[in-house]
Amino acid sequence: MSTQRYQALASSSAFKTSLIVGLLVLGIAGFAAFNMEHEGHYITGMSNQVVWGIPHVFAIFLIVSASGALNIASIASVFNKDFYKPLARLSAVVAIALLVGGLAVILLDLGRPDRLLIAMTHYNFGSIFAWNIILYTGFIGIAAIYLWTMLDWQVERFKRLAGIAAFSWRLVLTAGTGSIFGVLVAREAYQIAIMGPMFIVLSLGYGQAFYLIVIGLFMDERQLSKISERLSRLMVMMILYGLAASVIYHLSNWLLFDARQFEHYLLYSETVFPLLLWGVHLVIGSILPIWLLRSGSGPIKLILSGSLVIIGGIAQFYSLIIGGQTFPMPLVEGYEATSSFFDGVIVSYSPSSWELMLGSGGFAIALLLIVFCLRLFRLLPVDR
Amino acid sequence: MSQINQYRRKFLGAASAAFTGLSIAPGILLQTVHAKANDEAVTSKQRWGLLIDTNLCEPGCTDCIDACNQENGLRDIHGPETDAQWIRKVTLKHQKTGHVLNMPVMCQHCAEPPCVDVCPTGASFKRADGIVLVDKHICIGCRYCMMACPYKARSFIHEKLTDQLPHAPRGKGTVEGCTLCVHRIDRGENTTACTQACPNGAMTFGDLKNPESEISQKLAQHSGKELRAKLKLDTGVRYQGIQG
Repeated sequence: MSTQRYQALASSSAFKTSLIVGLLVLGIAGFAAFNMEHEGHYITGMSNQVVWGIPHVFAIFLIVSASGALNIASIASVFNKDFYKPLARLSAVVAIALLVGGLAVILLDLGRPDRLLIAMTHYNFGSIFAWNIILYTGFIGIAAIYLWTMLDWQVERFKRLAGIAAFSWRLVLTAGTGSIFGVLVAREAYQIAIMGPMFIVLSLGYGQAFYLIVIGLFMDERQLSKISERLSRLMVMMILYGLAASVIYHLSNWLLFDARQFEHYLLYSETVFPLLLWGVHLVIGSILPIWLLRSGSGPIKLILSGSLVIIGGIAQFYSLIIGGQTFPMPLVEGYEATSSFFDGVIVSYSPSSWELMLGSGGFAIALLLIVFCLRLFRLLPVDR
Repeated sequence: MSQINQYRRKFLGAASAAFTGLSIAPGILLQTVHAKANDEAVTSKQRWGLLIDTNLCEPGCTDCIDACNQENGLRDIHGPETDAQWIRKVTLKHQKTGHVLNMPVMCQHCAEPPCVDVCPTGASFKRADGIVLVDKHICIGCRYCMMACPYKARSFIHEKLTDQLPHAPRGKGTVEGCTLCVHRIDRGENTTACTQACPNGAMTFGDLKNPESEISQKLAQHSGKELRAKLKLDTGVRYQGIQG
């Protein structure tokens, strides 16, 4: 049996550029986080009406993507597809990096980030959020063990077992992340059991989009040419699955549940959300990358299509998370409400530069972790 | 010491003891007739609640809000988007009949509070007597409770605060809401600041579990509606005068 060989990333211009960009964005994010912590959240666009803003959109998107980024490794280990086996190591690294990036943003946006120890030691086991804290930290551990079984031949025999554990864990993790919203009975946008499964399906495409960007940036072109066509086809499938999940979500809101007005608000109103969903998510984030991926492959096309899918995904999560909060909650059935606390009206939200800076920090952390691991470990496949 | 002086000393001692006893006794007696003594443990024998008669709530009147703000040290800082509002005045107009009513809305002190369910650290909690509170020592400021509350009854502190009141601890980066004037209840008082301030008697505070209490009597007579009753949260705040 021939053995696959791997190499670490050379000190290339892509590595150096990524390092500089990553550190720069991380520094800016750190400054924003310090300022938000020092001044308080009044300097952000968030309010008592829109309590989760763009940092949460970025963070939850990164966390969901982390689960999907492990897809390549899962196909290799769990479903035993030889083609994907050389790509599995990098897949686990991207998954861990995205999760750490997402968690860092959530942590730094807390009102009291200094109370991290409390979050780690006081658990309300009835809370889906508390369960998610365990799921996230557990995923980092399990994915790290999985990576170890792939890197060290002495523990290689546990690879499949670790792969199955990581695969199962990530399904629960993504369903758990979706359920953070699913259990919010108060809000019409989320009160449906579809949130968990939908997040699982969406994660596949978004995670792979990150993976495509990473291999487009760091894998040498000869290796890339061998895999890009098949990965492009897989990406197209994942985009279509994601679209199908979105259609089911919106249709079920429209047809089966008491959320038709909310759907109208998302899809047809004079707000930013129809533009985000139809224009950015559907056209720019789905149709355009499908067309790009079908029209041939190459590093630039992989990076571009991956980036477009991510932009479309962020637009979708923005609509879901922000739209769900700006839409008014009913107080008394049959009555229109007005108050000093914005009852009965669509509330406005404009993300501040502080929030955008902090949110970008999650991407920077993920990028830095990926390039450090690429440089430290042999993750990139080379010819036998 | 002469015998007369000894008698005088005994007399003065006895008189002082009697005077001291008489001074303390009303306090002790007052404690026994009040809802709960200061050092008495909170029990589930009571469930505190509010009944609001919307027919008596006047448009434009903000006495309950002003009283709440004064009682708990709330003030305007950066505007209504980010300032804390523990109680707000809501005007409702019936979509078909045009019937207009006014009512104060605050934490509804649910028996099944979604904020408590979702809080990751257990900072949101419900006392045995039904009062839903936030433990400011372990609130991490994640705002998940605010996402979960069907009544928008909670506020996040968006900035540094100074001059907080000892009985109403508040701090930047944590979440807060109506405490049902828990400091008063724990002192044995049987009212809240908003109830006391209402000029028309539109608000009634009391023990929902005591059939003899005024609130139970009023509820038995005219019943009371829960806001968003479909969610089956069994709220401790009830409203009268809502159509439909």
